[in-house]
Amino acid sequence: MEEILTDNTPVPSGRIRNSNLAQAWLVLVLALIIGAILAAVQVRLSPIIAANKLNETLEKVPELVLGAGSAATRPSGLEVDPGTVKIEKDGPDSFYSVFHVVSKGAPAGWVVKTVGQGYGDKIELLIGFNPDITAITGIFVLGQKETPGLGANIASLKWRQQFIGKATARPLSVVKGGASAPNEIDAITGATISSRSVVGLVNRTTKDLAGKLAPEIVRFSRQVKKND
Amino acid sequence: MTDGPTPTERFIQGILPENPVYRQLLGLCATLAVTNGLKPAMTMAVAVGFVLLSANVIISLIRNLLKPHLRIVVFTLTIAAFVTIVDRFLGAYMYQMSKALGPYIPLIIVNCIIICRCEVCASRQSVFTAAADAVGQTIGFGLALASIAVIRELLGTGMLAGIQVLPAAWPSWVIMVLPPGAFLTFGLLLGLINWVDAVKSAKQGRKG
Repeated sequence: MEEILTDNTPVPSGRIRNSNLAQAWLVLVLALIIGAILAAVQVRLSPIIAANKLNETLEKVPELVLGAGSAATRPSGLEVDPGTVKIEKDGPDSFYSVFHVVSKGAPAGWVVKTVGQGYGDKIELLIGFNPDITAITGIFVLGQKETPGLGANIASLKWRQQFIGKATARPLSVVKGGASAPNEIDAITGATISSRSVVGLVNRTTKDLAGKLAPEIVRFSRQVKKND
Repeated sequence: MTDGPTPTERFIQGILPENPVYRQLLGLCATLAVTNGLKPAMTMAVAVGFVLLSANVIISLIRNLLKPHLRIVVFTLTIAAFVTIVDRFLGAYMYQMSKALGPYIPLIIVNCIIICRCEVCASRQSVFTAAADAVGQTIGFGLALASIAVIRELLGTGMLAGIQVLPAAWPSWVIMVLPPGAFLTFGLLLGLINWVDAVKSAKQGRKG
């Protein structure tokens, strides 16, 4: 086979030489082999990649609900139940990934995943709420592509800490320099749009979920036990 | 089949005399994009190295079967396969790094260094020569990325590979980790290397 198809070897019949198959057999064979290898790689690795994504979220959940110290002390008896919830409203319904946190049998709070447009690209947020969604217990930035050194500071602990303990009764508002009222958040210098995006995202999520989120309406995907 | 450079020559050429970044000016998209820190830059160098070595070896093995007008298709197919493997591997075992590098790992498929080495070396020479060529070019690429990344990360954040090096009072030059910093650093380094070369050859010219 190989000898017939090298360029230097004279090929007896012009039909074989010019047929598409004789020209392209190497590409076809390679494509099949590579396709099979990639399928194997995908089957093997995609569950790990999916688990990485979920774990990244699950790792942050205790800290967002119970406060920053909880990650270090690894509280026992903490259960995190991931699920999805559909919120019906005017226009299209909203779907949220939620995590119900139960500490020693008593509800400890909720963590909600939400996505919205930032300055650079989409911003992916985790927002922690107390059990009855009256206060924010923390936020975490899962993914962002804001400007490094400016908008990317939305992920910094110092800026995120402003959200801890904010009441959800009134929408939060962004101010430039010196937030004083209880519902005000300081904008990051030089990154007002990124700051507004995060606050807007928090407000939208709060408005959608306040007074509506309860374990009864959540479709839990599976039971995950942490730290047992 | 004409005899090209020996494996040793190929290996040495890739590091400095024919450095892919500073001499051939190839692979600049990755060079400019991921050099805002030493860690992502080195991950990129290793990823490119793996793809380059694998692609060079495979292409060299099948070089006698290649049809001249279909060779680029075969190169791209082979490269894309290994890039996909690297991309999935990073996602599974180095998740944070995979997120930090974002689209630049899939973009290795269009990194001209690899297709250039397949065309220039692997499709003409033996497997051993092609492998030596790949290793040499990878070291050259890694050194080039490191030279830019060290300057950018140090001046931009005061850190190296995420560890604080300069005193905390260092006013981080944010522009260095932004895209303009990449162009500034690369332009100045490239100019410096060309200037050193010009001075050298001028001296040699006077002696000779």
